[in-house]
Amino acid sequence: MYNQENCRFAKTHEWAFVEGDVAVVGISDHAQEEISDIVFVDLPKVGRTVKVGENCCVIESVKSASEIYAPVSGEIVAVNEALAADPALVNREPHAGGWLLKIKMTHPEDFNALLDFEGYKATLQK
Amino acid sequence: MTKLKQTALCAACEKAGGKMVDFHGWLLPVQFDSIIAEHKAVRERVGMFDVSHMGQLVVEGKDAWPFLQYVNCNDIKNIPSAGTYSHILTEQGTIIDDAIAFCLTPQKFLVVVNAACVDEDFAWFQKQSASFEVTVRNESDVWGMIALQGPLALETVARILPQTAQLARFHITEITLFGAKGYVTRTGYTGEDGVEIMLPNAQIETLWNELLKLGVKPCGLGARDVLRLEAGYLLNGADADQTRTPYEANCGWVVKPAKGNFIGKASLVAKKTAGFSTKLMGIKLKMPGVPREGCKIFVHDEEKGFLTSGTFSPLFKGIGVGYIQADIPVGAAVEVEIHGRKVPAEVVKTPFYKNRV
Repeated sequence: MYNQENCRFAKTHEWAFVEGDVAVVGISDHAQEEISDIVFVDLPKVGRTVKVGENCCVIESVKSASEIYAPVSGEIVAVNEALAADPALVNREPHAGGWLLKIKMTHPEDFNALLDFEGYKATLQK
Repeated sequence: MTKLKQTALCAACEKAGGKMVDFHGWLLPVQFDSIIAEHKAVRERVGMFDVSHMGQLVVEGKDAWPFLQYVNCNDIKNIPSAGTYSHILTEQGTIIDDAIAFCLTPQKFLVVVNAACVDEDFAWFQKQSASFEVTVRNESDVWGMIALQGPLALETVARILPQTAQLARFHITEITLFGAKGYVTRTGYTGEDGVEIMLPNAQIETLWNELLKLGVKPCGLGARDVLRLEAGYLLNGADADQTRTPYEANCGWVVKPAKGNFIGKASLVAKKTAGFSTKLMGIKLKMPGVPREGCKIFVHDEEKGFLTSGTFSPLFKGIGVGYIQADIPVGAAVEVEIHGRKVPAEVVKTPFYKNRV
């Protein structure tokens, strides 16, 4: 749905996919594999405003908690309610049903500052 | 950074897909494919763990048993093949380590101790042994060790070592396998039946590979921690340490003042008479979330304790154990602070998982 090739990535492994002025946000396939066994996603409240790089969500696996940072600034306009019943969706479909939240961007240029898929893949090889 | 120590199974674990991490200075697998899948394998079938990092101290001599009675608070059995779970205490009655002492002969015992405590336990035993006719050897670098755990563990090991089928719980037997002498004990840290097999480093990988061929799932420290927490076993260094007595750690049953004198006895008896202000209790979240070590516990916004272990259990969801004010009863409603959010929870008795052994 939110194909890797059409997403932009933060170095901290979040992806953003733009629909108008709203960015859909998730975590990369690499990140879900590293975290593994996701058992709970602590999603933020809709209506909260976040800045680029701000911790906006916590993903819990059996062994650890991972903070998720907003890849763009703006207002959280939706969270993925399906994750409450099935957090492992993030493992199975990180670029589809496992999206985390939607941010209405206040600074659309934030998106352009993110890495494209090739650029993100290059950071993983270091 | 100092180089991490490797067990004799390190390469085999990496080959099996182990995600290797630093565990108290040892390079060990935290998981293979999935902690949840590994947990399920041990609860329903059979899994194996590389526990070669654990320590083996051999106590031998005329006074082997009186010496072990002196350095342990439990009443150590001196019947050949019998093992006894016990705590090794300081003079203050606080916990240095928990261990299992196996009687090989009335004058020779094998004490299996925690990896992180080997050096301290060995030094402590040597220091305390001065007035006993006994020698203490640290054989921790000699032995590789595999924990085979799960409802199918006994029948699996019997295919390699038929004589272990009759081994009683908490007992030890000497074996010869792949041309080397070793030991099998019917013990574990998962709440399932199973065995732990010790073989010299040179032979342990052959055993690992044989068990793989029999369909045993390799499991890592991640699954091991969930399994032991569900089963109510202490993690020394987290749930127990040199600031806690066995009574506070919910292990009063390992203290046997009637057996005679032992290190820490006088302090323990005095502390027990005075009473304890906190005790180790279980907590279970009532809402989704994962409690972790260090999370604070509140009652009506008043801090009442903190967790020393916590995890997501596939069977019981968010669970943990922690030191909580002793006046808070089982069944009490509390809140556990996780990432700044207070999550409703209940104080419960441990174990969470009714031990099947």
